[in-house]
Amino acid sequence: MNIHEYQSKEVLRQFGVNVPKGKPAFSVEEAVEAAKELGSKVTVVKAQIHAGGRGKAGGVKIAKSLDEVKAYATELLGKILVTHQTGPDGKKVNRLLIEEGSNIAKEYYLSFVNDRSTAKIVMIGSEEGGMEIEKVAAESPEKIIKEYIDPAIGLAPFQATRMAYKMNFKPEAIKKASATMMKLYNAFIGKDCSQVEINPLVVTAEDDVICLDAKLNFDDSGLFRHPDIVELRDETEEDPKELWASNEGLNYVNLGGDVACMVNGAGLAMATVDILKYYGGEPANFLDVGGSSTPEKIATAFEIMLDGGQSKGIFVNIFGGINKCDVIAEGIQKAAQIIADKTGQDGIPVPVVVRLEGTNVERGRQILTENPVKNVFMAPTMEGGAQDIVKRVEEAKKN
Amino acid sequence: MGVLINKDTKVIVQGITGKTAAFHTKQMLEYGTNIVAGVTPGKAGQTVEGVPVYDTVEDAVKATGATASVIFVPARFAADSIMEGVEAELDLVVCITEHVPVQDMIKVRRYMEGKKTRLIGPNCPGILTVDEAKMGIIPGYIHKKGHVGVISRSGTLTYEATFQLSNAGIGQTTAIGIGGDPIKGTDFIDALKLFNEDDETKAIMMIGEIGGTAEEEAAQWIKENMKKPVIAFISGVQAPPGKRMGHAGAIIAGGKGTAADKIKALNAVGIPVAETVATMGETVVKKLKEAGIYDECHTC
Repeated sequence: MNIHEYQSKEVLRQFGVNVPKGKPAFSVEEAVEAAKELGSKVTVVKAQIHAGGRGKAGGVKIAKSLDEVKAYATELLGKILVTHQTGPDGKKVNRLLIEEGSNIAKEYYLSFVNDRSTAKIVMIGSEEGGMEIEKVAAESPEKIIKEYIDPAIGLAPFQATRMAYKMNFKPEAIKKASATMMKLYNAFIGKDCSQVEINPLVVTAEDDVICLDAKLNFDDSGLFRHPDIVELRDETEEDPKELWASNEGLNYVNLGGDVACMVNGAGLAMATVDILKYYGGEPANFLDVGGSSTPEKIATAFEIMLDGGQSKGIFVNIFGGINKCDVIAEGIQKAAQIIADKTGQDGIPVPVVVRLEGTNVERGRQILTENPVKNVFMAPTMEGGAQDIVKRVEEAKKN
Repeated sequence: MGVLINKDTKVIVQGITGKTAAFHTKQMLEYGTNIVAGVTPGKAGQTVEGVPVYDTVEDAVKATGATASVIFVPARFAADSIMEGVEAELDLVVCITEHVPVQDMIKVRRYMEGKKTRLIGPNCPGILTVDEAKMGIIPGYIHKKGHVGVISRSGTLTYEATFQLSNAGIGQTTAIGIGGDPIKGTDFIDALKLFNEDDETKAIMMIGEIGGTAEEEAAQWIKENMKKPVIAFISGVQAPPGKRMGHAGAIIAGGKGTAADKIKALNAVGIPVAETVATMGETVVKKLKEAGIYDECHTC
């Protein structure tokens, strides 16, 4: 799960991390009010969207007066910001962070992530702050410093000190930098983060160490421990179909095409998207119905795929493990019924090709052949099914 | 033969009184698995499918001499259940549970250092040694006895691969679902090592996906150590960066972990990668013929 920068800073403040004073604003009036309250010489107006690269895209403005704050807030609120992380459609700015300006002397990079190969949290630092860290890693790997953290001990103070020295903090800032690292680590652990990224971490002209930007990501599996973090979710930042699916416990990613698929298991779902594309289709989505489906859940999955007329055809690709094929078959029937009730027409409005294998496959096939649903076709193989649905969608588009 | 489990392995089911666990306990028993005990705190004295239930793993091990455990407990208790199995000095713990917090798994991995237990999973379909025993949820009937070992990050792709192999007359030794989480007990290299040392296994099918660099590391290890042909498949070619594709571990982040990188690394060390999920079986057949072991592997 992602949260906004101002929320990340709020969380970090709880752990005693030094972040600039600031307030979120949802309107121009709130922005001006917040700037008045801050009373700083320079005020930063920052667009709050769930994507990086805001600065380059013109989403961060430096205001030297309240009039400028007002002008920038007016410009940014409601603006569609296109950054390298938003995709071509960009994201609408609904919130701003109004923050005091800092007297930056030098910028650094600091982050914490879970490292897969060592099964440890790793702290990554660099004196090349403010840049894309992937670029630094590619161009000057010697400037990337790593400290692997023993989970039984936590970040050891000597590691933080060593990191501060290796990042070339000036002597006056070493202690403050290492203390910041210790606090950031506590936040990472304390909130089940999957990433904490501070870019830039700055030293000011006054030798203070401040997290000028902050990006926190959370491990979805750990959220049950953090109801306070769940409350920070901004649903307007999410694709409406993805949001709908996640509220129903379905794993759905909108891919923009018109050949939908409903699959059990993430691996097979990814591979199904791949094979639809391989046979010339434009995949509409990734959809994993998960390990323990009910007919109701399957019906909802169909509604999501069909919503807004995005899908011109649906490929159901099931290999039953925990999922049972008969449950999937019943789900398809139930979906057809629900959709028929809503549209007043018989069956599902687009062709559905169904491929079933695995647990209770015979019963699943039996259910669908004994009580056939209009527009639902059984596929003998996955390959055949994928080709069949792509062909049917092409035909539907011609007509 | 095969690796990790056989028909004699005495197995515990942790969380046996849950609905899903009970369903799969029945399936595992029907497959021939020697399930000797179940564990659910507070349910000692009950039975599930005729299997006696104990309050703790320690009690179950004392009473039955079990050496392996399969875990079906809810995510928030899964790490604790794994550690309970490790502490009881089981040889093998297989954790089926998905959505286990990453921080919990980091602690589990630290706890396991220097201990004897091997962990498979979490978020995995389990393991199955053909015609002998299975721990987890892999459907038994799709498997045929033979000489190909299967390793996969994805449950349904494990079934898919073995199903295609069986249909092509290529039997298997053991299927190992290593799971889709970023931090897990057993990764490709560990599983490859097991098959490399197993006389029954003549070739290995490995199924990877986007995220992390385990496939690339495996490719390097195979080049340096593997005595047997390896055939691969990678899912997620069309996955957009930054989007988690269901599995916690399946995400392209910071430009790393793309399917293209993995396929390139595997091809570079001579491992054929199936073009689509539907051609895994035929890609294996082709490689077995090239290696001159097709007749030997054509067991069913």
